[in-house]
Amino acid sequence: MAIKFNLNGNDVTVEAASGTPLLWVLREELGLTGTKFGCGVASCGACTVHLNGEPVRSCSTLIEDVANTSVTTIEGVKGAAAKAVQTAWQKLDVVQCGYCQSGQIMSAINLLATNPKPTDADIDEAMGGNVCRCATYVRIRAAIHHAAEIMEG
Amino acid sequence: MTIDTSRRTFLKGSLAAGGALIIGLRPDGQLAAATADGHLNAFVRILPDGTVEVIAKHFEMGQGTTTGLATLVAEELDADWGRVSTVFAPADAARYKNLAFGAQGTGGSTAIANSYLQYRKAGAAARKLIVEAAAKSWGVAETSISIDNSIVRSGEKSAHFGELIGGIDAQSELGEPTLKEPSQFKLIGKDGLSRKDTPQKINGSAKFALDVAVPGMVHAVLIRSPRFGGKLVSFSVEKAKSVPGYIDAKPLPTNGGLVVFGRNTWAALQAREAITTEWDFSSAENRSSKQLIDYHRSLLDQPKVQAVKGGDLAGTDAVLKGADQVVEAELIFPPLAHAPMEPLNCVIEPTEKGVRFHDGCQFPSIVQGVVGHILKIDPSNVEVKTVFAGGSFGRRATPVADYHSEAAMAFALLGGKTPVKLVWTREDDIRGGFYRPMVAHRARVGLKGGKIVGWDHRLVAKALLLNTPMVSEEVKKSGVDPATAEGINDTHYAIPGMSVGMVYPETPMPVLWWRSVGHTHTAFAMETVIDMVAEASKMDPVELRLQLLAGGDKDQQRLAGVLKLAAEKAQWGKAADGRFQGIAVHKSFNTYVAEVAEISLKDGAVKVEKVTCAVDCGVCVNPDVVRAQMEGGIGYGLGAIMRNEITFTDGVVDQSNFPDYEPIRINDMPQVDVHIVASAEPPSGVGEPGVPPIGPALANAIHKATGKRVFELPMTRSGVKFV
Ligand code: FES
Ligand code: FES
Repeated sequence: MAIKFNLNGNDVTVEAASGTPLLWVLREELGLTGTKFGCGVASCGACTVHLNGEPVRSCSTLIEDVANTSVTTIEGVKGAAAKAVQTAWQKLDVVQCGYCQSGQIMSAINLLATNPKPTDADIDEAMGGNVCRCATYVRIRAAIHHAAEIMEG
Repeated sequence: MTIDTSRRTFLKGSLAAGGALIIGLRPDGQLAAATADGHLNAFVRILPDGTVEVIAKHFEMGQGTTTGLATLVAEELDADWGRVSTVFAPADAARYKNLAFGAQGTGGSTAIANSYLQYRKAGAAARKLIVEAAAKSWGVAETSISIDNSIVRSGEKSAHFGELIGGIDAQSELGEPTLKEPSQFKLIGKDGLSRKDTPQKINGSAKFALDVAVPGMVHAVLIRSPRFGGKLVSFSVEKAKSVPGYIDAKPLPTNGGLVVFGRNTWAALQAREAITTEWDFSSAENRSSKQLIDYHRSLLDQPKVQAVKGGDLAGTDAVLKGADQVVEAELIFPPLAHAPMEPLNCVIEPTEKGVRFHDGCQFPSIVQGVVGHILKIDPSNVEVKTVFAGGSFGRRATPVADYHSEAAMAFALLGGKTPVKLVWTREDDIRGGFYRPMVAHRARVGLKGGKIVGWDHRLVAKALLLNTPMVSEEVKKSGVDPATAEGINDTHYAIPGMSVGMVYPETPMPVLWWRSVGHTHTAFAMETVIDMVAEASKMDPVELRLQLLAGGDKDQQRLAGVLKLAAEKAQWGKAADGRFQGIAVHKSFNTYVAEVAEISLKDGAVKVEKVTCAVDCGVCVNPDVVRAQMEGGIGYGLGAIMRNEITFTDGVVDQSNFPDYEPIRINDMPQVDVHIVASAEPPSGVGEPGVPPIGPALANAIHKATGKRVFELPMTRSGVKFV
């Protein structure tokens, strides 16, 4: 089936079997490989994208449910929260293997866009679905606090 | 295309390849000469814009190697850090072998240790060539030339590296280049060098193997035996035929599995769901966890190998009979999956003379040998294009190149012309074996007047290194698997009358090194029992350890050093109300780490509040990378010790994905303070050594808080609840 949606600001139409997760369409049909496959069962957050501005797990979002929505992936993030998060991630050298980090960053951007001054508990709540097997959590937490400071100016 | 699949010949193939590749090479063979493309030697290339490209012979799984290797070159070359980049070396053991292994590969926390002088020499040699070229083109004395931040200067003249490479003499003979004195270091040991891989990893552009696409590529997944050692008897693809994008399914010639091909990953996965299989389990592992645990425990009574030089079980036994008191502990550790964040995968494509892999490749030499053998091509015609690896923790370093073999067989089954991407799902990963083995320990420690007089230690675990082609004749003859006994039989505590009796249980379950290898369990056993001895002899746990490390040899001094530092920084013995501390210290991979775990209790449930870590890794090349590895190692070890286990029902793995192999998450992660000991000793690894002490430090804190010891792992099995 042909599905039309807005991807990172551009209208796209893709051909995919119904029931195909958005994740695989993004990665293998549209060539946007920044969104990662980690578990396929909505348990790790590596595949997080924004759907109409809300974070969703693209491994568990069917392509037909994306019709006429707007999807943002790590390749297309923009705005104050995105800039602050990426700056903080760079400054604190959060990454290790890096495989989870697109998803971490997508979740962190959404957290800061909706809650500019998150507490540790807010961070646990918002980031608890994002696994990092390298356990970079100490720096993820610090970087989110730092990004909040950057946004405050 | 025919395929050779006998396991023995796989191994022989890889050995022969390893051997052939290293013969006749001078250790400094790589420091030859410059070429017009800016290649100053095997490790350094200068681009026309002056960028220094460092060629990394080690892969990057997050441990910071690319940053470390770049630092070594940039230091000696006086390069501007912002104008240094890294690329991965091709598979070519002649130039890029790990000096600790003799083959190309990364593991055992050796990357920086074995490269420390080699990469500095490469940087120094490159510097020498550039200075010579500048002197010649400017007509000045070499001694008048200085380099600072990639700018070469003499008097009024200045140029960047790229402007000078044209004048480099390609035939120039390099003697031994002069290295800097540590006092001259501007980058090594300094903070503020950003990781080389950060920019690509925060905008989604970093390429992992799963991101590689080559034209005409098909996607493959496998159906493997649900029990280890099962053989495929029959299968039916009828229902798969209606799955859009399904291509074909073919049994592996080993009968170890069925390859399912699809036009894309999702099609292959859907088709796999629709296929039914039947298996012969007659020589498979069919036991349940309880039976396996009972089997391991029973072997504790039948030690076969003495792992301590001069150890004497009968003598130790006699001493224990005369002791005032015997401290006893029996511990059980479950199999563990590595669960790297990027599930295993690789791409194989045909080349003119052979094949090319795209892989986050941990051991290129083994891949070349094994795949060369399977496809009956010369190992040198197996190219490996290394890309970032989304974690490994040991999983990508198998002596049998398991997933590369699967990919090579899948490729051959399709006719050897079509590129294939082989993908493991998380379920394949959790159920796929190559686990940290199940392990049983038993210690009986005799005390007289509060002092240790004898120690009878038993250790039961399937061997990791014996029976692989990586092991030396000497080790084979000794019968002691070093990767199992390490951390116990080589303890630096002054323990009289120590015997370590080992047995290797029989099981077809494949086992593998898991971040910190034998130390994953030996440190837990040792540091738990030492804590029990402290309790029995009414001594402070730090005092007792220092007493056992008072002999004055260098290992003991360095262990005592980190122990004291961690205790001081954690304010050992002065925990706030409601906080409880436990400590552990351990040497692994020549690095010394002590950790203090501080916990609180909420309604009987444990919250790990804070971990204070002291590390001595010799010269510390990148302090921030060392801190990151300690933080990550502590988190990785903590999650596993708290709640991870692989269990079996009639040989079938009970877990399948993150919901039932629950990884550590941000809310579980304690605050971590890392303190690095200043040292002039040669650098040692940091990828693994942060892991071993965290389990016992936490267990000892739990004992302090509750009076209960943890003998069965994960801790949830011993009744520990976590907030
Ligand atoms: S891959 Fe989607 S949550 Fe893990
Ligand atoms: S950085 Fe490796 S999984 Fe998060």
